[in-house]
Amino acid sequence: MAKKSKSADPSTPASTPASTPVKVNRSVSNQATREKTLGKILDLGKAVAKSALAETDPFVDVPSRTMSNTTYNEVRKLLQMGDATLRRNLFNTGQARKFMQMVLLSKGCKDLLQAQKTLSLRGMYYMSLHTIAGTKEKTFDDQEESDGILEDIEVAIATLRENLHLFAKKRGTMVGNITVIDNGDSIDCRRMGTGGYAIPSICEPSVVQFGKCEAKFVLHVEKDTVWSRFNEDRFWEKHNCILTEGSGQPPRGVRRLLYRLNKELGLPVYCLLDCDPWGHYIYSVIKQGSINLAFESERMAIPDAKYLGIRSGDFVRCELSDDVKISLNDRDIERAKQIAEYPWFIKKKHWQKEIQLMIRNGFKMEVESLITKDISYVTETYVPERLKAKDWID
Amino acid sequence: MDASQQTDSKSSSPRRKGATAEEMSEKQREISVSEFFAKNRHLLGFDNPRKALMTTVKEAVDNALDACEEACILPHIYIELLQRSETRFKVTIRDNGPGIVRKQIENIFGRLLYGSKFHRLKMSRGQQGIGISAAGMYGLMTTGQPVLIISKTHKKKPAVEVLLKMDTSKNRADVVSEIEHPEDDGLFPDGHGTQVSIELEGRYQQGRQSVDEYLDQTAIANPHAHFTYVNPSNETIEFKRGTNELPPEATEILPHPKGIELGTLIQMIERTERTQIGGFLQEEFSRVSPSVSKDICDRAGITGRTWVKQIGHKEAEAIYKAIQDARIMAPPTDCLVPIGTKALLSGLLKEVKAEFFTACTRPADVYRGNPFLIEVGLAFGGELPKDELIRVIRFANRVPLLYQQAACASFKAVLETSWKNYGVSQSRGSLPDGPVVVMVHMASVWVPFTSESKEAIADYDEIRKEMKLALQEVGRKLGMYLRRRQRMRNEGERRSIFERYIGEIAQATEAITGTPAKQIYESLLRVAKRKTEEADAVLNDEGKRVRDADPFGKDDSVVILPARVVVTQSGSEDESEDDSDKDSDKDSDKDGGSKQSSSSGSKTLFGDEEAPSKKPGKKSSRKKA
Repeated sequence: MAKKSKSADPSTPASTPASTPVKVNRSVSNQATREKTLGKILDLGKAVAKSALAETDPFVDVPSRTMSNTTYNEVRKLLQMGDATLRRNLFNTGQARKFMQMVLLSKGCKDLLQAQKTLSLRGMYYMSLHTIAGTKEKTFDDQEESDGILEDIEVAIATLRENLHLFAKKRGTMVGNITVIDNGDSIDCRRMGTGGYAIPSICEPSVVQFGKCEAKFVLHVEKDTVWSRFNEDRFWEKHNCILTEGSGQPPRGVRRLLYRLNKELGLPVYCLLDCDPWGHYIYSVIKQGSINLAFESERMAIPDAKYLGIRSGDFVRCELSDDVKISLNDRDIERAKQIAEYPWFIKKKHWQKEIQLMIRNGFKMEVESLITKDISYVTETYVPERLKAKDWID
Repeated sequence: MDASQQTDSKSSSPRRKGATAEEMSEKQREISVSEFFAKNRHLLGFDNPRKALMTTVKEAVDNALDACEEACILPHIYIELLQRSETRFKVTIRDNGPGIVRKQIENIFGRLLYGSKFHRLKMSRGQQGIGISAAGMYGLMTTGQPVLIISKTHKKKPAVEVLLKMDTSKNRADVVSEIEHPEDDGLFPDGHGTQVSIELEGRYQQGRQSVDEYLDQTAIANPHAHFTYVNPSNETIEFKRGTNELPPEATEILPHPKGIELGTLIQMIERTERTQIGGFLQEEFSRVSPSVSKDICDRAGITGRTWVKQIGHKEAEAIYKAIQDARIMAPPTDCLVPIGTKALLSGLLKEVKAEFFTACTRPADVYRGNPFLIEVGLAFGGELPKDELIRVIRFANRVPLLYQQAACASFKAVLETSWKNYGVSQSRGSLPDGPVVVMVHMASVWVPFTSESKEAIADYDEIRKEMKLALQEVGRKLGMYLRRRQRMRNEGERRSIFERYIGEIAQATEAITGTPAKQIYESLLRVAKRKTEEADAVLNDEGKRVRDADPFGKDDSVVILPARVVVTQSGSEDESEDDSDKDSDKDSDKDGGSKQSSSSGSKTLFGDEEAPSKKPGKKSSRKKA
């Protein structure tokens, strides 16, 4: 499978070892994609201008990013966005401001693309931030407002944030038996010290290419503290793998990278997450995509990702002490039940059992709870045993 | 001890001689009505000095208005309160009415229960013939001063000036002095009129339930009358006319059989000049045709030819019962003279500084055989206080009712109306609050007061129901107006929102597409204007409140009726295009009849307003004011 996907993907020019690339490719995106995205922004602007000159109420149709407009594709095993759209009109008191922001940010993205530069979401927020002439009102109250509108633009013109040259705050780290070429610089992830390679926000093939890779699988852990434990114990070296973390809910960059490792290099992905609804949902997002970004599932979801642990049964199985228990609150229980009801969980007996057991236990556990057994219990015993026994939930 | 006491009391009891029937009879004598009321003056509205002053003015003014209207004279009434000392006032009321013939002066001003209005069924302010003589009596009792009456019946006849002193035991007045004014003394420029002066103990205080309030409200309900009021501070206040048209003369009607009680029936039978019972029924009652008469007689087991003299108590009772069972047409209602929507509005317009006025006159109905009709006026906003309970002003036959609000049917009807449906907030069980004045008028040939002092209308179901229907009708119009006003405000806000963002959008769009921002901006601005042009209309509409700024606005305020009609008309558009019909649905749910009646009501209302006769008059008077 790995071979197949490798050969199937022509957009990876760096599949040949490129420790010293002759020609450094430092462009942010390829020209064709850029032209296409610019064209889409132009269409949006033209529609507004046309509608204005015709003296009608300009509008933009924004696909709806809600649970009700999200369907689970059982065949492809990922979340997909439905066809429902919300029409955003200028001449509607509730929408006028958002409409204005949308046009404003579209213009910002266009400028960014033409400059062939990238900006953080925060940078774009500042770029479009000013006081509206003749008023004391600012175009945006905070970055959150601008981030939401940017996601609207993404879906409205059916493009991706990366294609708009925008990136989020960097989050997530990687280490392991692989070399990546990041914007032309080849990075040996075997020699990253204690810090690891910071996974960039944009992990498109145009920016990040994979070099030499000996690793046989990817172990993704929930957060940085656990990752440090594994890195210090040189887990990736002993088990010949890639070790990643996503600081909680993994950002798009991490998800995209995991997807590409899985798709292009054929590496299976195993997740080590907390035993709580939050951890379960992280797995769910990695596996079939998020509800909010269902339109991106196709290029991020890893349907064959596996959930290693922590599992509710581990409290008994690993003979953990009562001290590691963290009581579930009402919100946790509610969320757990909600997750159990998701169409992509409801038919999975193991998951139903797992969630029910957690609710019955009445407590959650963090990965760190294993440290109470021994400092390196998780790296030396827990994970190797699970992997060996193929003891995971799908 | 006990025993001795007992014997004591026993022995003493025969010694105390009981009064004999003869002895008692010596003390038994007629109590004159005047004496009775002298002791029970609170029944007539003279409970305290302040109220006594108001009641005196009220009785005199009511009489003056009744007299003028009956003589088809546009009333001009002069009211003067002259303060003699802290607690003593001389009240003078002068009208331009027909005057009073010399020989009736003692009777009218000196006897209680003497009058022209008690025995007839005709809509008038006075009913019992008590008021003015009671005021004179009160004055005499508190100050010892007789009542001074000057009357002139014709411009070629001299005015007569009579000083009258009541003799309470005889229920008549003694003439203290009598002179003729040989020359025209300038008191009565119209050549006729009556002036009465009463000196009494009273207290003058402005505010609620004062002489001033009474006159304010009287002016609202009587826009055809001109009042000149000189208050104790010697300031002259003019209440100008709102219309120069006299209300039509009320006609007198015969009693309706269903409104008669057994005792009254027997009395009528005793007094009648008819010889046969059939004739008696047909001639002395309204709505008794030969066939109805026959029906009553048949049911009573007698014939129409039965001699009246042969009707004893038993037969009378049978007739009474037959009347209750018989089907008799409701009494005629043309005897009622409503103030009229138009006149009501002009009255409110000139006395209440509000922005929105509406009024409604209900069709006549009947309670206990007496025809009556209800009118309601409503004023909203403007300079009315915003954070207070709404004000209810009550009238009966054009006379303001200032006391005992809570006991009055009209007050209860206002309480029971769900004002929330009309956009006015109301806490449970209390009056709504907001800048609203509601006026409720009952016109009837016989207004059922709860007491002789005529302060509150008795709570008959039929009366309260009509009041509520009328209140709902004006409430609906207020609701429409408020919704429209709110919508216009929203439109205004919307517009400013759009205009704020259009500039940004135009510039950004130019940057994306190259289409000139100016072009986009102007196009979008036109769309914004079109989308919010209702807001423009409002600004003009609301300019109405800035009266002096806008000549058209001024015109609007002068003839506010068309403006109100616009509200009603667009109100109906409202309901089709807006979600406001929820409200009106609620109304019709509450009482099925109200909606239909309201629509028919507003039709007559439009008709009224198209009549051109009153507009010029109102206009000119307004300008004078």
